[in-house]
Amino acid sequence: MLRAVAEGGSGGCRGCRGHWGAPHPSAPPYPSELGLRLRLMGRTLQDQLSPLAPGTGSWGPPGVPRDPQPPEEADVVVVGGGVVGWSVAYWLKALEARRHGMRVLVLERDPTYSRASTVLSAGGIRQQFSLPENIHMSRFSASFLRNINEYLGVPNEPPVDIQFQPSGYLFLASPQDAEGLEATVKVQREEGVQVTLLSPAQLKDKFPWIDTEDVAVASYGLEDEGWFDPWTLLTALRRKAMSLGVLSCAGEVRGFVTSAEDLMPPRGPDPLSARIKRIHVYMQDSLEYQPVTCAIVVNAAGAWAGELLETAGLPEALRQPLPIQPRKRYIFSWHCHDGPGLSCPFLIDTTGAYFRREGIAGNYLGGMSPPEEEEPDPSDLSVDHSYFQEQVWPRLARRVPAFSSLRPGSSWAGYYDHNSFDRNGVVGAHPRLSNLLVAAGFSGHGLQHAPAAGRALAELVLKGRYETLDLSRLGWSRLVQREPLVEGGVV
Amino acid sequence: MRGGRGHARGAGPGLGGLDPYLGAPYIWGSPIGVASSPIHMGQPHRGCIQPHTYGAAQPHIPPPRTHMHLKDIYGPNVAAAAFTLSLGGSVRYEGQEQWLRPHGPWQERVLQLRSVPVWGLDLSACPVTYSGLGSLEPLPHLAHLDLSACPHVDDWTVARMRALAPSLRSLSLSRCPRVTERGLATLHHFRELRHLDVSGLNVPSPGLVRILLEEMLPGCRIVGMELDTPPKGTT
Repeated sequence: MLRAVAEGGSGGCRGCRGHWGAPHPSAPPYPSELGLRLRLMGRTLQDQLSPLAPGTGSWGPPGVPRDPQPPEEADVVVVGGGVVGWSVAYWLKALEARRHGMRVLVLERDPTYSRASTVLSAGGIRQQFSLPENIHMSRFSASFLRNINEYLGVPNEPPVDIQFQPSGYLFLASPQDAEGLEATVKVQREEGVQVTLLSPAQLKDKFPWIDTEDVAVASYGLEDEGWFDPWTLLTALRRKAMSLGVLSCAGEVRGFVTSAEDLMPPRGPDPLSARIKRIHVYMQDSLEYQPVTCAIVVNAAGAWAGELLETAGLPEALRQPLPIQPRKRYIFSWHCHDGPGLSCPFLIDTTGAYFRREGIAGNYLGGMSPPEEEEPDPSDLSVDHSYFQEQVWPRLARRVPAFSSLRPGSSWAGYYDHNSFDRNGVVGAHPRLSNLLVAAGFSGHGLQHAPAAGRALAELVLKGRYETLDLSRLGWSRLVQREPLVEGGVV
Repeated sequence: MRGGRGHARGAGPGLGGLDPYLGAPYIWGSPIGVASSPIHMGQPHRGCIQPHTYGAAQPHIPPPRTHMHLKDIYGPNVAAAAFTLSLGGSVRYEGQEQWLRPHGPWQERVLQLRSVPVWGLDLSACPVTYSGLGSLEPLPHLAHLDLSACPHVDDWTVARMRALAPSLRSLSLSRCPRVTERGLATLHHFRELRHLDVSGLNVPSPGLVRILLEEMLPGCRIVGMELDTPPKGTT
C-alpha cells in the first residue's frame, strides 16, 4: 500500500495523495469515525512521504547524482556524518521520545567515508584516562556498547554485533613516568575503574612474551576495555537513527547566514551574540547550494571542526576559533608466527608505540604517535612505510622479542581531530553564537567517547542542561579563558 | 529509586517477577545484587530512556531499608544461593554431597547454611545476565560453575567473571549461543582452572581456538572444539 503511493508520488498520481482520505464513491458508506481514522492515517502517511517528495523519484538527468537533496528547513542540522555526528542525531531522536518530532538532518560531505576518522580507527575503548570526565564518558560508552541491541536494535533487522574483544589495555611506564602512572591510576580507582598495577615480575608472569627491561610499573585495565569494530557501530547508529526519522544528505557546508546581518550597518558596538539562521549546503561536484533554515547547528566535523568555523558568513566579531586540526596517524598491520597469544591486551609501550592483536590467526596492528616536531603532512592520507621500518618496528621488537621477525601486511592512515590547546574534546555551546554546538577535538579517543558525547549534547539541546554526564568542564569556556584541561593519556 | 523502578514492572511480591534482563529477581521484598545499569532494561524501549548519573553532581541519597541487598543482610553465600535457586539452578555447598535443587522450600535451608561456603553453582539453561553476575561476585570458595546453554551469557559476561578467577577450578560454557572466542580470550585470568568445557560454541576454526586455549591455560583440560568436530547444526 505504501509502495503504491510512493511510486505514484512523482508520477501521474500526484493528485491521488491529496484525495487519500476521501471515501471511494461506489464503496458502502463508512461510519464517520472510520472515515476520520482513514483521514488521519492518510495525513500520517503524507508526513512520512513528504521528505521524499521532490527530487527522489526514479528519473533524473543522466550524470547527476540521485542522492536526496537537503530539505529547505530542518530543526537540527548535524554537520559531519561520522560516529559522533550520528550519535548526536540518534540521541536527539531517542531522548525526544516522540514521533514526528523535530527534524534532524545529518550532512556528510564524503559519503564514501574515505577520510573519516571513524572507520580508519583502531577501535579501542579504555577507561584509563587522567581526566574524570573522560573516564565517565568511557564508562557510559562501554555500557552503551554492552547493551547495544537494547539501544540500537531495529525490529525485523539482524542484531548488532560489534565484535568487542574485552582484552584490556596495558600501559607500561619507565622509571621516570612511574610516579605519573601511579597517580593517574589513583584517580581512576577513585572513579571506580577496575585497574591494577603490575610490577615487572608480575608482568612477566602474566605475559611471558614481554621483555620487561626499562619497565618500572604497568597498569592493566580489567573491565570494559578492549577493542571493537567501528564501522559496525557507525552503521548501527545510522540505521537506528534513520529508523527514528533522521534525514541524511551528502553535502558540504560552506556558508552561514547569521542574524548579525539583520542589523543595520554598524552603528555602535559589535553585536555581542548572534544566531545562525541558515546554512548553505553545497552538493557534491556542483556549484549549486541549498540554503537550509535551521534552529540549531551541531559541529561534529571531527578533524575539520576548526575549519568549519572559518567558513564564510560567520561575523568577524563573533569568531571564536577552534584549535582543532587534522593530524595524520598511521596504522600498520603485520603477521607474526609465534607472537603473543589470546591473552594479548592493547599494549602501549613506554616509548608511545602501541599494538594489539587482530583476530586469532597471528595478525597484529599498531603504530605510534610521532613527537610534535615530526608530524607528517596532513594534506593527504598516503602512508610513509619507512616510519614503520625505522620508528615503530624497532621499538615494538625491543618490547616483544617475538616481533623481531614479522611479515608486514597492509597499512593505512587516518586523522586524529587533534585539539592543540589541551588534547581533550570540546563539547558544548559556542560562547557567542547562541545556536551552534560542537562535539569534536577528542584527539584520538573520539570513537570511544561518541555515544557519551552524543547523549550529553542531546540532553543539552532537549533539556538545556547535562543530566547523565556532566561535561561542563569540557566546554568552550576553557578555550576562551585559556585554562587548559590536559589529558595525560593520549596515545 | 533505581532498583524499585526496574522491578516494578511485571514483578509481584514474594517470589514473583522473574526479569531476565535484570537477571535478578524480586524476592522477599528486596532486590538481589542489582548491579548498576544505565537503563532499566526491564522496561521496553519506548524511546524514553531513564537517565543514570555518571559523576554528575547530585547529592547521594541512601536507599531506603527495603532495597538493601541480600548480600548486606545475610552475606554472600545466601545471596548467591538464593539468586541461583530462584533462577532455576542448583547449589552445592562445601562438604555436602547433594545438590540443593529449587524444588520445595529451599529458603530455610539456604538461611541455615548461610555461613557454609558455596562450592558449586549449576546455572545451566538459566536466564542469568551480565548484571546478574553481580550476585556471584564475592564468592571466594567457588570451585565449580556451570553456565552451559545460558541464552544471555555473552562475551561481556565471561569477561566479568574475572572476579571468580582465584578459586574456580571447573567451568562450563558449552552451547552458550552468544559466547565467542573473544570472550574465551579473557579466561587467561583463571590460573586454577583445571576443566573447561567449550563444546558447541560458535567460533570460526574451532581447532585453532582450542590450540590457543591450551596455550593460554596450560594446566587445564579442555573439552570440546576438537579438530574433526562437525560444524554446529549437523549430526
